[in-house]
Amino acid sequence: MSGSRHADAAVVTASGGPSDLRARRDVPSRAFHGASLGSALLILVTLAAVAAFLLTEAWPALTASPDELARAVAWIKPEAGEALFQIIGYLVFGTVLVSAMALLIATPLSVGIALFISHFAPRRLAAGLGYLVDLLAAIPSVVYGLWGAMAVLPRLAPVYAWLAEHLGWIPLFAPDPATGTVSPTGRVALSAAIVLAIMVIPIITAVSREVFLQTPTLHIEAALALGATRWEMIRMAVLPFGRSGVVGATMLGLGRALGETMAVYMIISGGLTLSWSVLQAGSHNTIASYIASQFPEANAMGVSALIAMGLALFIITLAVNMLARWIVSRRAAFSGANG
Amino acid sequence: MSATVTTSDAAAAGTELKESASSPLTAVSRRRRFVDRAMTALIGAAFAAAIVPLVWLMTTVASRGIGRFLVDASGERNLNFNFLEQSMRGVSGGAPEGGIYHAVVGTVLITLTAAVISVPIGILTAVYLVEYARGPLKRAITFFVDVMTGIPSIVAGLFAYALAAVIVGPGTKTGLVGAGALAVLMVPVVVRASEEMLKLVPHELREAAYALGVPKWRVIVKVVLRTSVAGLATGVTLAIARVIGETAPLLIAVGVADSLNTNILDGRMMTLPVYIVSEWRKGPAVCGDPSAVCLPEITELRAWAAALVLILIVMALNLGARLISKHFSPKTGR
Repeated sequence: MSGSRHADAAVVTASGGPSDLRARRDVPSRAFHGASLGSALLILVTLAAVAAFLLTEAWPALTASPDELARAVAWIKPEAGEALFQIIGYLVFGTVLVSAMALLIATPLSVGIALFISHFAPRRLAAGLGYLVDLLAAIPSVVYGLWGAMAVLPRLAPVYAWLAEHLGWIPLFAPDPATGTVSPTGRVALSAAIVLAIMVIPIITAVSREVFLQTPTLHIEAALALGATRWEMIRMAVLPFGRSGVVGATMLGLGRALGETMAVYMIISGGLTLSWSVLQAGSHNTIASYIASQFPEANAMGVSALIAMGLALFIITLAVNMLARWIVSRRAAFSGANG
Repeated sequence: MSATVTTSDAAAAGTELKESASSPLTAVSRRRRFVDRAMTALIGAAFAAAIVPLVWLMTTVASRGIGRFLVDASGERNLNFNFLEQSMRGVSGGAPEGGIYHAVVGTVLITLTAAVISVPIGILTAVYLVEYARGPLKRAITFFVDVMTGIPSIVAGLFAYALAAVIVGPGTKTGLVGAGALAVLMVPVVVRASEEMLKLVPHELREAAYALGVPKWRVIVKVVLRTSVAGLATGVTLAIARVIGETAPLLIAVGVADSLNTNILDGRMMTLPVYIVSEWRKGPAVCGDPSAVCLPEITELRAWAAALVLILIVMALNLGARLISKHFSPKTGR
């Protein structure tokens, strides 16, 4: 296409021969096209390489017999009936449980915050509040972890004691049957979920706010002209327009929550069970947190087994992301507000 | 059935009439006004509920982080900055010394290397997606960039570790391996941010340039990238700010070190986020020797002070992104 356009110009200026000028003009264009295509393909290659190299390094643990693996890896205890895949199963349960609780807390709050910034706050204040949220999205997870472990847990522990005493009949808040109390330190799954929720709120908020701000002004004005109150305008114009964005934002938050390592690692007192009691310490752990806690002291076979867990985490997040993209693309087709 | 509808309609119309008598243009039924007020209150409360922990975190880090700077080597209360100038080489027990110099150097080196790897790839991919790609390949790349955004940071660390184990040898932990892990996390962030910015460039600008006979690559460099340079710089800076606090991949791919190492190709390095964790993990220092100056809480002080420095770096990057964006953006009417 561009080649023919330049060829015409080349024929007119015959000084250096037609191919000369054409080459002079085309080489940078082609090089640029090639470089950008190469970068794009590199991303696909990288993603494939992540799977390939994780599989390569996990292979020794995946193919070893259970006895062999248990002998080589200290944290696999066959006397407790544990094998690698069982441990992964416990960890997947813990990961999903903690992330789901975090999202249940974070999503409604985030949508509210995003609406507050985009449509309720005075315009002069809104820019500053948006900046605040941007800053908070950038707080490193290790700082959230430190803050959670040192500052939040002491405040949460009495709340948990109260919950167990008064709402202990709900399985989630059930106290330990042996002692009749819940963890006095607060190093439990719910604490990890609360800190994770605080961590993903800025992410979900930032994306939702951008989407809400893109609501066509005509839609907003049309709703207001029909006599809608502000909330009705938001329900009729802003939320339908932003729905797919909110789903995408939530999935982004889920991706972060599923793979978040340090905050969970620093807060939770790990354990391997399928318990629903999120106030008991030593009951849950997440894949990422488990890897981080075992990796520094692991031997060769242990590293291989931990990489196998990493592969499982990779597959789960891959599936979540693919599902999220599918939902978003399906909803985008129905939102009807692409103009 | 129809009768009920009619009566309720009539009732509703009655209330509307009654209210509209006072002000016909702003008439809103009591129920609708209540819902509006309630939702406004709820949304305001949601904002407050999120601001509380955020302010709490900031003030906690600031107030506890300052503590290490107020203790000098003899254990006296004295403002000093030896925390920024020392490494942890030879520091043991509860001695009120030892700092983050080696960790800051490690973080800067590793993050810059990651940026050098990922920024060109990220921006070129965004250019490809916006300016060149069509059809299924475009959909595939967009899709997989989105998927890559969701790679957990620890998986990126394991990937870099596995890659180095295959290429160099098992157990290889160097700054470059960590930078590779961070680059995997950074590339999709840069692509997404840049893509959004390139899409904002009005088509009229491109068409005007094409109409003048400007070749495509010059249109991209001089018009598209020039127009969006502020957004790109902001996106890149925010991507750096995001990965500079990554801990898990560096814990796995770079490990920990007590002394300064400026060679990213050889040996373990300390980084600021990993420093925070390793100090926190030590727990209270054990004070055995009564003759030596010993603070049991020194490890905690170090962890908080390092967290304060890390947050200040991240904030400076964010502020820098704003300033770049303001300074370089083309002066348009928008």
